[in-house]
Amino acid sequence: MELPKGRARRGSRSLPYVLLSPGMLWLVIFFLVPMATLAALSLQTGDYEQGFTLTWNWHIYSEMWTRYGHHFIRSFSYAFVATVAALVIAYPLAYAIAFKAGRWKNLLLVLVIAPFFTSFLVRTLAWQAILADNGWVTSTLRSLHFPMQDGRLLNTSFAVICGLTYNFLPFMVLPLYASLERIDPRVVEAASDLYARPITAFRRVTFPLSLPGVVAGTLLTFIPAAGDYVNATFLGSPQDQMVGNVVDKQFLVSNDYPIASALSMTMLVAILILVSLYIRRAGTEEIV
Amino acid sequence: MTDDFRRSPEFRDFLAQASRRDFLRIAGLGGVAAFLASCSTKGAAIKASDTALPSSSGPSPTGGTSGSTTPSTATTPPSNDKSDVDKLVVFSNWPLYIDVDAKNESLHPTLAAFTKSTGVKVTYTEDVNDNDQFFGKVKPQLSAGQDTKRDIIVLTDWMAARMIRLNWVQKFDPANVPNAKNLRAALKSPPWDPDRSHTLPWATGLTGIATNTKVTGGKTVTSMTQLLTDKSLKGKVTCLTEMRDTVGLIMLEMGKDPANFTDADYTAALDMLQTAVSSGQIRQFTGNEYAQALGKGSIAAAVAWSGDVIQLQAANKDIKFTAPDSGLMIWSDNMMIPNQAQHKKNAEMLINYYYDPKVAAMLAASVNYICPVEGAQEAMKSIDKTLATNPLIFPDDATLAKTHVFMGLSATQETTYSTQFTTVTGS
Repeated sequence: MELPKGRARRGSRSLPYVLLSPGMLWLVIFFLVPMATLAALSLQTGDYEQGFTLTWNWHIYSEMWTRYGHHFIRSFSYAFVATVAALVIAYPLAYAIAFKAGRWKNLLLVLVIAPFFTSFLVRTLAWQAILADNGWVTSTLRSLHFPMQDGRLLNTSFAVICGLTYNFLPFMVLPLYASLERIDPRVVEAASDLYARPITAFRRVTFPLSLPGVVAGTLLTFIPAAGDYVNATFLGSPQDQMVGNVVDKQFLVSNDYPIASALSMTMLVAILILVSLYIRRAGTEEIV
Repeated sequence: MTDDFRRSPEFRDFLAQASRRDFLRIAGLGGVAAFLASCSTKGAAIKASDTALPSSSGPSPTGGTSGSTTPSTATTPPSNDKSDVDKLVVFSNWPLYIDVDAKNESLHPTLAAFTKSTGVKVTYTEDVNDNDQFFGKVKPQLSAGQDTKRDIIVLTDWMAARMIRLNWVQKFDPANVPNAKNLRAALKSPPWDPDRSHTLPWATGLTGIATNTKVTGGKTVTSMTQLLTDKSLKGKVTCLTEMRDTVGLIMLEMGKDPANFTDADYTAALDMLQTAVSSGQIRQFTGNEYAQALGKGSIAAAVAWSGDVIQLQAANKDIKFTAPDSGLMIWSDNMMIPNQAQHKKNAEMLINYYYDPKVAAMLAASVNYICPVEGAQEAMKSIDKTLATNPLIFPDDATLAKTHVFMGLSATQETTYSTQFTTVTGS
């Protein structure tokens, strides 16, 4: 009786690693190796024509920070505002789809995903037309005396944040929907049986149960939004450029690979720190 | 059940082990970094010694045109020319840069005529959207001495200069391109390809200032100072992301020669631009996109390319192109044959074909940029009389005398100057 049990235990111990190995292999080849290359590239000096050699030039990180520190602050602020805006818009939407949509549920979900059928670039360019100076949106808001930077919407920070919010909205809606959908309606019923008003039932029961969705949604929105450069390129002015734009210009135009790598590494580490602080506060057990 | 498992001591043990392993993995990563340290990142330039490498040349027939006949091509790698057996040429060009059939936009009459007369099919792709992006696209192949699967590429002067400097493009065989003699005299010897042995212009353009007079209330913007400081234009001005065009015009305005300037001149020009960015005068730095905004009236004035302006003028009479008194920038997009191209001779035939004045006129009639071919103006008279006298397609010598080119830069200068410029543009 004892022996087979022990064998089974040993078997199940190695099994997770066997199952993990394809994924780990993939990560090592397509994540760790490029990442190490990027880290090494950031510490090299030279030019694109003659090549770069590793000189452990740590100085580049402080130089990068003095030159582009404000771009980091801008990227994170824009991403933060866009994430909050997306949450405010997506929560009622996901709530309605999960609880009130009835037979329209599947159709509404398809509509949320529908924008993915066209390219990200085309959708952002469409916003140029929507926010154009002589478009109806701008003229309507102007007649309502909506406060506008230089009397325009396009090529302002407002436009960039709108673009970010719009482009990453589905990433907020879907996890929210998934976690709201899972809530057993009977617990909400129980709350009202115990004389909770609807608002209290929402605050004390529904919302806490949807927190995993909130955490997942905010992460899925914040991370890509902070690294985005398409929205700032097409909807921003020179004052609204983000870290992604600098990386793009340094890699492709200036061919200064070390500084571009240093920017990417810093962005990666900064996001990692912010996200782990956030997860620690929000608690991981609900997400995983 | 899973929650119980997570709280179980076994799971905690697992986590503890995992973090120890993480530590080991990070240490391993250090090993990777040490390995990389010994490698470093290879330069993009092809050295003359590299080109002697045997380049997987099988028993492919040499068309008698690839290198072997002219000793001067000894430094370029053999291209395994398959022109005679494979009647094809692969042509990569910028979008909207060729004539199209009135009924079917995917047909190009000049290319069709070429195929009809020579039997050589042309695979025409519009995949050059940006000099820098295209450089990034072909860099892996060309720096490794491999075929890009393209026989003709079209890039702007400064990028063409870089391609030649890096030894990435092949010399033409003069015997296959006799029409090269038709190149306009003013374009015959750029400093980076003095005998035009590697490049021939596809089209040439001017960079000046365009105004939408409907937005400015009839006023035309005539100088860079006005463009960058006139308060009535605030937030309605765009400049080009092409550093050489925008900075070149400012330098001319400051009385400096863009073809021969000092670091201090460059910094002074950027200061003027920075002031205009900080004050909110400049709304955006763009590529071709400014044309749409200018046509619709979202912007009032812009640093603009001549060909775009002619196309806008066809639909909108309010668009004006001005040559500032201080001078214009002139540039060309150049046809080149990349190393290892499989159809070099066919490519040369096609390049030669476009230097026939009649064909050049047909092309210029729909492309609207300056035609680099002598004699095309005569041929244009039978196609479209107004275009034949358009100074932005066939500029007279007085206009050409006002044009300037940007200085050739080394790799380090390129990186320094463009970093300074992109910083001013906000990134």
